[in-house]
Amino acid sequence: MILSTISRRARLVSRLVGVAATGALLVGAVACAPPERDSSGTETQSGVKAGEATSAADFGGMAELVAAAQAEGELNVIALPPDWANYGAIISAFSDKYGIKVNSAQPDASSQDEINAANQQKGRSSAPDVFDLGQAVALANTSLFAPYRVETFDDIPAAFKNPDGTWVNDYGGYMSIGFDSAAVPPVTGVDDLLKPEYRGSVALNGDPTQAGAAFSGVMMVALSQGGSPDDIAPGVEFFAQLNEAGNFLPVDPTPATIESGQTPVVIDWNYTNSAQTKKLPSWTVVVPPDNPVAGYYYQAINKDAPHPAAARLWQEFLYSDEGQNLFAEGGVRPVRADNMLADGTLDPAVAAALPVVDGPVTVPTPQQTEAASKYLADNWAAAVG
Amino acid sequence: MVISGRRAARTLREALPLLPFGVAVVVFLIIPTVTVLIGAVYVDGAFTLDRIAALFTGTALSALANSLLLSAISALVGAAAGAVLAWLIVSAASTSTLRRAVLALCSVLAQFGGVALAFAFLATVGLNGVLTLWVQQLTGWNLAGSGWLYSLGGLTLVYTYFQIPLMVIVFLPALEGLRSQWREAAVSLGASTWAYWRDVAVPLLTPAFLGSVLLLFANAFAAYATAAALVSQGSPIVPLLIRTALTSDVVLGQAGFAYALALEMIVVVAVVMAAYRLVVRRSDRWLS
Repeated sequence: MILSTISRRARLVSRLVGVAATGALLVGAVACAPPERDSSGTETQSGVKAGEATSAADFGGMAELVAAAQAEGELNVIALPPDWANYGAIISAFSDKYGIKVNSAQPDASSQDEINAANQQKGRSSAPDVFDLGQAVALANTSLFAPYRVETFDDIPAAFKNPDGTWVNDYGGYMSIGFDSAAVPPVTGVDDLLKPEYRGSVALNGDPTQAGAAFSGVMMVALSQGGSPDDIAPGVEFFAQLNEAGNFLPVDPTPATIESGQTPVVIDWNYTNSAQTKKLPSWTVVVPPDNPVAGYYYQAINKDAPHPAAARLWQEFLYSDEGQNLFAEGGVRPVRADNMLADGTLDPAVAAALPVVDGPVTVPTPQQTEAASKYLADNWAAAVG
Repeated sequence: MVISGRRAARTLREALPLLPFGVAVVVFLIIPTVTVLIGAVYVDGAFTLDRIAALFTGTALSALANSLLLSAISALVGAAAGAVLAWLIVSAASTSTLRRAVLALCSVLAQFGGVALAFAFLATVGLNGVLTLWVQQLTGWNLAGSGWLYSLGGLTLVYTYFQIPLMVIVFLPALEGLRSQWREAAVSLGASTWAYWRDVAVPLLTPAFLGSVLLLFANAFAAYATAAALVSQGSPIVPLLIRTALTSDVVLGQAGFAYALALEMIVVVAVVMAAYRLVVRRSDRWLS
């Protein structure tokens, strides 16, 4: 079976080569005519393939990039929940502005699912064009990314980007504790959660050996219990105590479980927690003041993107003032926030709503993340089992 | 020569209708099994036992122990309850409406696993389940406790729910195979009802019962969707640990470990099914 697939592909390739050769002959014959715009989007006006363009300049400017993206007509995104970082509004704004259809696949998928989808659907028109990944998955898969520098690239702080634009942080947030003030007493810090008033109420957004958000949640708890980015063990120990006390809920919280009151206390990113306040006004969000943990997501272009120009236009849009403001409306801290606050391009009303954290913020390094993941893989199941 | 040639042709002709089945077995059983086997011991083209060795570390061992425990308990409880139910069904006249209704219900419920079943339990005795809220209103007692439904205890209950009807379906033929003449013979020789069951029926049914227990065990051991829908913390059983290995955002590069875990499951199920064959061969002699 495998053999026949290969031979079929080989035949297809040889046929394509034949078509290309014919095309080359034709072009030679009409060399005086102006070059036709390539509708498949494989080559830009300046002769660089769209899939290899590293900036809008390679297309001949923004207008040409827009035209190339519109010729492709579609963009495949994956793992972007509409209520996460305002992605619902961002997708429709992009779609309306450029008239490009956005296909949003598996909105609730994990970062690793994005990479799996790119590998499994490689070469097909349904493969994801762009990724939005957690740190560990992003840094482990940089060979799948196409470097691209958006027009606002210089405005992005150096710590939040790869110098070639292989990946660029798009937005970040703080680990937080969200709680329903109508159902449980107010939470002021991590230690409160062990109190008997929170029996059967504390949920963590996912399994920390699987989900990045849950991993950061355990890290935040670890810091509050005397741990450090190099030592996540006190966090696991705390959850074991929480489980022992009957306070830990082994339920994956969703907007539905929060609204229905099943999960009255949820440890999650501040922006996903804040999004719940719109639906449930008594939902209060606290970033534990002593040990804030921050995390940034990683934006990248699939190097085998079926719509390479649209993928690049999407990046331009996300890092434009408009895109960054839309992120901020979702309660996340857009990566250009500092510079945009300075030059006044960040909507002041939106900026005021972003959480303010004084003092040092912990962002674990990739090495620290890896070591902590290993510890979690060996100890988490036993702690909450 | 001619005869044997003709015989070969006949064998071939008789085997021909099985060809689609054979192809399905090769594509959906043999190839995946071989893929798993190779994936478990070959890393980048080199033979290694690292992935197999990883099966003997804390998390993987406790997942295996939990899986075996869950399957064994749900199989034993399901088998005991199912056997009693099957016996009650057999006692009813074969034309009885109740008997037909219960049988039909069992056939449906035996296949009612997966997400739908998990949801049914969540909606009934989950943290916000109908029954939970109702009991809480009436008595103030929280039925859902601190989320037992979402842990191993809950899984055992939910698994048992689909094991009982399956037991009825697989055990009923054995009960129906008990001939009334045997009972009459025993009674005419002066046996009491108790003596008949002890000396005739139970020894006859034991192999079929054990075989059914093994089948139920394998059924629970391989179930995934029900557990995936219920449990989101800690990956307590092997199928969920495979999910973690394949999709984790945090612990990366574990796809090879998933192969080893899958191989472990194949070995367990193969052992169970071999035992099942042995046991069933014994009972087939009598009850056919």
